[in-house]
Amino acid sequence: MLLGGKDKPDPAFLEAVVRASGQKTLAHCYQCGKCTAGCPTTFAMDYKPNQIIRMLQLGRKEEVLGSRTIWVCTACFTCSTRCPCNIDVAQVMDSLRVIARREGKTRLGKDVVLFNDLFLLSVRRNGRVFESGLVLSFNLRRKTFFRDAELGKFMFARGKLRFTPDRPRGVRELARLFARAEERVEE
Amino acid sequence: MRIGYYPGCSLQSSAREYDLAARLVARHLGVQLVDIPDWNCCGASAAHSTDPFLAVALPARNLVLASEMGLDITVPCAACYHRLRMAQRELAHDRDLGRKVAEVLGRPYRGTVRIYSLLETITGIGLEQLAAQIVRPLKGLRVACYYGCLLVRPPGIGCDDPENPESMDRLIETTKAETVSWGYKNECCGGALVFGAREAAFRLARDILRNATGAGAHAIVCACPLCQSNLDLRQGQVNKMFGTNFAVPIFYFPQLLGLAMGLNPRDLGLTTHFVDPQRALKVVGG
Repeated sequence: MLLGGKDKPDPAFLEAVVRASGQKTLAHCYQCGKCTAGCPTTFAMDYKPNQIIRMLQLGRKEEVLGSRTIWVCTACFTCSTRCPCNIDVAQVMDSLRVIARREGKTRLGKDVVLFNDLFLLSVRRNGRVFESGLVLSFNLRRKTFFRDAELGKFMFARGKLRFTPDRPRGVRELARLFARAEERVEE
Repeated sequence: MRIGYYPGCSLQSSAREYDLAARLVARHLGVQLVDIPDWNCCGASAAHSTDPFLAVALPARNLVLASEMGLDITVPCAACYHRLRMAQRELAHDRDLGRKVAEVLGRPYRGTVRIYSLLETITGIGLEQLAAQIVRPLKGLRVACYYGCLLVRPPGIGCDDPENPESMDRLIETTKAETVSWGYKNECCGGALVFGAREAAFRLARDILRNATGAGAHAIVCACPLCQSNLDLRQGQVNKMFGTNFAVPIFYFPQLLGLAMGLNPRDLGLTTHFVDPQRALKVVGG
């Protein structure tokens, strides 16, 4: 499977991922499979973490960025903890999510991306995450209006959800951080 | 002892109990928690999956605020603790990034603040000193201490052994509760995927509940609002998805500690759990 991939190898992609994830190299991965053995979500992945690393070595950009794997990684760092080559696999996954987003390849990670966007929007507006607003807007956008309704009712009754956000004064400073992040993406 | 306190967003709403119990137990033990004024969200997994600059800049602002207070900080939420520590490490490696963050904020970043998890701060008081405060031993209660991911991983960032952490077990043993040996103490709860891939997330939660009860635990003790919410608040949804009937109370470690120190269960937030802890506490006459 790995030798007969669909897309043309892109060696520049490997280098971009190595740089973005702060690794020295991914070349010395010898496929021991410890990352995959410890990973809690392999059951939901199309390619296992060790296969992703191999595909990166081969420059298989489209398959890696289009995989479900990068979106069901929970960033639990078990892989990074156990890699005998000191590859920070979790950090690599993170960089792949960032690159996939920039290139609009998020078909298998739509819900993750929507949630992250709404989360960051909440932080940008309020300085802190306004949990009830976040969950409500996610379920509205997903059209799963009643998915968490029972739980929401329980939480409101126990005083665990607020009706209004709590805005720190530094929200303006945060706006500058967000603006700077956007400039960097455009650079 | 005075130490800066970074509660994080969850502790203001879905994890109110953790905040109540943390503040109460700290006061009881003579630890003065000083809130970082005007703190902001650490960005959690949304920021690091989206934008590497925000992933560092959001936590960095809190570190700048803490250094202006001249205090080290303690962090109850494992995810916040992880993000703050990761940002600090990254800023130490990349001076240029630190300058950029400082420039945008208009305040200098010094990188001198020490970041502790609340678990470290409390165990740091000393197990003997803590044991001396126990007036209502929890003898007969068997618990599984659950560390999850971000409190202990990656190595160098986490606050205990990444493969076999034990600090919470030792701490909880001062209450005379029994801690079980189990294989899922540092497995991931899936909290990060509750909205992105719910079925996968709930499967992880189910496995943790199953493993803890299989090891004979009456309850789970944790140190993270995301773990607690995925295991407690969503336990009903997990049961519904898999046809299971778990009823495992999920405590925050200061709640159990506070209870054993004779503090009022209501003040420790023990009345707002999804799975009512009363039944488990009956074994200790609660």
